[in-house]
Amino acid sequence: MLLVLEQCLNGLQLGLLLFLVAAGLTLIFGIMDMVNLAHGSLYMIGAYFAATFVAWTGDFVLGAALAFGATLLVGMLLEVIAIRPLYGRDHLDHVLGTFGLVLFFNELVRIVWGPAGLRVPLPDWLNTSVQLLPGLSYPTYRIAIIVTALAVALLLYILVMRTRLGMLIRAGASNREMAGALGVNIKLLYTLVFGLGAALAGLAGLMQAPILTVQIGMGENVLILAFVIIIIGGIGSIRGAFVAAIMVGLIDTIGRAFLPDILRLVMTSRGAATVAPALSSMMIYLVMAIVLVVRPQGLFPVASK
Amino acid sequence: MLLRTVFAGAAVLSVFAAMPAPAQQKSVKIGFVSTFSGPTAVIGNDMRNSFELALDHIGRKMGGLPVEVIYENDEQRPDVGRQKTEKLIQSDRVNFVVGYIWSNVLLASLKPVVDSQTFLISANAGPSQIAGELCSPFFFSTSWQNDQTPQAVGEYMNQKGVKSVYLIGPNYAAGKDMLTGVRATYKGKIVGEDLTQWPGQLDFSTELSKVRAAKPDAVFVFYPGAAGVQFLNQYAQSGLRGQIPLYTAFTIDSLSLPLQKDLALGVPGAQHWVNDLPNEANKKFVADFRAKHKAYPSFYGAQSYDAAMLVNSAVTAVKGNLDNKDGMRNEMRKANYASVRGPYRYGNNHFPIQNFYLQDVVKDKEGNLTLQTVATIVKDSQDQFHSRCPMKW
Amino acid sequence: MTTVWFTPRNVVVAILLVFLALVPVYSALTGNAFLMTLFTRILILAMAATSLNLILGYGGMVSFGHAVYLGIGGYAIGILAHEGVGSGFIQWPLAIGASALFALGVGALSLRTRGLYFIMITLAFAQLVYYFGVGLDRYGADDGLQLYRRSQFVDPINMSNRTQFYYWCFALLVASIYLTWRIVNSRFGMVIQGSRSNDRRMQAIGFPTYRYRLVCFVIAGVMCGLAGALLANHTEFVSPAMMHWTRSGDLIVMVVLGGMASTFGPLIGAVTLLVLEETLPILIKFAATPFVGAAASRAAEYWQIVMGPLFLLVVLFARGGINGLLESLRRD
Repeated sequence: MLLVLEQCLNGLQLGLLLFLVAAGLTLIFGIMDMVNLAHGSLYMIGAYFAATFVAWTGDFVLGAALAFGATLLVGMLLEVIAIRPLYGRDHLDHVLGTFGLVLFFNELVRIVWGPAGLRVPLPDWLNTSVQLLPGLSYPTYRIAIIVTALAVALLLYILVMRTRLGMLIRAGASNREMAGALGVNIKLLYTLVFGLGAALAGLAGLMQAPILTVQIGMGENVLILAFVIIIIGGIGSIRGAFVAAIMVGLIDTIGRAFLPDILRLVMTSRGAATVAPALSSMMIYLVMAIVLVVRPQGLFPVASK
Repeated sequence: MLLRTVFAGAAVLSVFAAMPAPAQQKSVKIGFVSTFSGPTAVIGNDMRNSFELALDHIGRKMGGLPVEVIYENDEQRPDVGRQKTEKLIQSDRVNFVVGYIWSNVLLASLKPVVDSQTFLISANAGPSQIAGELCSPFFFSTSWQNDQTPQAVGEYMNQKGVKSVYLIGPNYAAGKDMLTGVRATYKGKIVGEDLTQWPGQLDFSTELSKVRAAKPDAVFVFYPGAAGVQFLNQYAQSGLRGQIPLYTAFTIDSLSLPLQKDLALGVPGAQHWVNDLPNEANKKFVADFRAKHKAYPSFYGAQSYDAAMLVNSAVTAVKGNLDNKDGMRNEMRKANYASVRGPYRYGNNHFPIQNFYLQDVVKDKEGNLTLQTVATIVKDSQDQFHSRCPMKW
Repeated sequence: MTTVWFTPRNVVVAILLVFLALVPVYSALTGNAFLMTLFTRILILAMAATSLNLILGYGGMVSFGHAVYLGIGGYAIGILAHEGVGSGFIQWPLAIGASALFALGVGALSLRTRGLYFIMITLAFAQLVYYFGVGLDRYGADDGLQLYRRSQFVDPINMSNRTQFYYWCFALLVASIYLTWRIVNSRFGMVIQGSRSNDRRMQAIGFPTYRYRLVCFVIAGVMCGLAGALLANHTEFVSPAMMHWTRSGDLIVMVVLGGMASTFGPLIGAVTLLVLEETLPILIKFAATPFVGAAASRAAEYWQIVMGPLFLLVVLFARGGINGLLESLRRD
């Protein structure tokens, strides 16, 4: 039973991280109608910045904060230089253009930081585990991730639903011409939203940095999962992205954790050991397919424009 | 306007036509296929550096002929590796194809090489199929068969009296071979095993939770390259480090050590080559490599260095007559060169019969982390698939 | 209105076709067999891209899982060969049948969705098959499967003869381009294109567009499945990597780069992309040698840093891809 609980925590943590990436993606899609494959690159860049700044300042929290700010800037810069000309174009043009950006960023990172990858060491106070229940201890850092991500999700909700900026964002999403006509600086708004999305992806990347090795191409796997999430949740819906992200995190983790045991009941243990990994990788795609067959607009469809 | 378009089209086409056409010249042409992009380019670069060092040591000449090496990047993808290999064979007409880090890339690329009767020297990958039914008179390995190293680890766990173990590895050819290898020699109880998605999933929290619940005596793990860094990292974060001892194969090497740092201290591994093996060839290799690249060479490098020396021994034996393939094969079968791992023999399937050592992580005089030989785990180990190989000599 | 045939676009296409027809001759003359190997692959992938263009370009159905048919066609050949069925007369119809069946099932479910949802549901089904392939232990799992013999037909059809095989690929590519062109210009094709721009209106006129689109989806799947059968015969090797999502992405890039909804766009795109992949490192090496000397070959490993922005430039300045760029030359 404790194992199930622990695996649920693992799933929650994975889901929340994915939410941070998906939230930016769904914001950018919902508001600018922009398919951004380079979103994964921003996740990667956040992680590389974290590695650099943590090593430079010698302090994990300070380095992470600097990395967050730097990714925000890179995102806004990217929007002005490369993304802005793509607005209003066909989605496939977005795909090709931003795919080009992915190639560019991967090589750029290789030139700047080298191919070897980097490690971000955790400070001692985070590099321990905490006794949550008798018999259940959990890594402190992962708890910190859960708490941070939940806080960011809450802030994001408040930002979008309760502030003036959020009102402008929602107005821009539902009718961009009208919002523009009413005197909203749409250009600036878009740059801000893109930067915010980038920073969220960067935050996910920098929080993953101490767990993973910071390396080239680390964004691509996350990108596909983030797309799955915004599709399941309904494109443009932050609430949908939140629910779907937790769902995907839990399904992926539970699948990896318990499928081999379940399969072992019906087949040989060698067979189970080879089938289980393939099957558990299929799980989230299976869920997405089923969701879309039943609800072609995702779980939380946004009213069409 | 039209003329300009036609001209532009013709210019584009002439670029294709200018693709290297084969020229008959007197040199030994070697194609070197490895990964030079993405995160595992670190391994490819180390292999290239060591191969180049070997060529420098022999004066860039083999049997009196100058050596020409063409490096190709397989991008760690089987289909790309296959295509680059075909290019080397069909367009560059190389005499030897060397390299291959990944078992699945090697398996995809094997056929065009041996079909064209070109020698393929694997400097790392050693899938069980090629040791068994797919063995070929044109294939040689300067590394090991995938199962051999984990077999040695299994042997070592027996010696240490480990009663139960949990196995974790990536879900691809070599990953499965590694777990099979441990299972072949380890006599205790295997309480669980996980094959994780590869390449891709690198958060091991789910697997580590399962390990904690299974409470094994030990954990065996195989993760090459950066994934090995991640694993040790998360093992420490999960609090398992210090509670359950870790045994590894190909997870800690001199490429990953600078990132793993003290997380790797006290974690044993098995290897057929360690940088402090006390033979003359190895001392020269390690010293010159360190002088040139300011870092310790890895076992990938050592195998590539040996591959160059093995090719050299063959070409020298036939005095540069590269058409004498039987002569070259007979010479290579003797493994008649100064290998950095010390002397070894070839089995009927052209895989080495060699010793495996226990390696440990220590600090050298300058305070850098490095690997050190502790003991010999098995002597003259031969892979278990050689009996499936029909080749006899 | 008279049709002008002598346009820059048509001249380039004609030169390209003549060049493709002459590749084996060039290979035979110079003895460089690799050029033919490379272009066999390009022809096959161009055929896959052509099939994608039918649904993506003309039908507005953006499939992000189109490479799955390469895998299904390829594995049909690979598995049958592995089980001792070497006859192409059994292998090929089964490859086609399997692709058709899969396309029918996926299409029936996916065509209920639109836009980005459609993109992702096709990806989902492709990923399911991909991971299924990774789990196929009997057939090599992710190591893939070696093909010891190419498909056997009766004389004089011999797939193992590389030159003959090249011309089979060439003929099938031209046939699929022609077929696409015929479909698009038929009444059926008009309905498909009409439904891309305004599905509701087409339905109001009385066309059951769902069925039309489904048939179109299946035709594209079959065409790509056939390309998969060719690819398996060409590389004598099948592996799940054939249907990895990045391969589906490559196909989309080929179509968009060459020019969506144009007859020869996918061919132009496939040739451009795959030839660039081969030549860009060489070009960089040549360009960098005067500046950095021997380090140029290392610099060439970073060729993607040129490739990426190139894509962005095509998107920004060449609407309708390279095909569109060539057509715009007429007007100046």
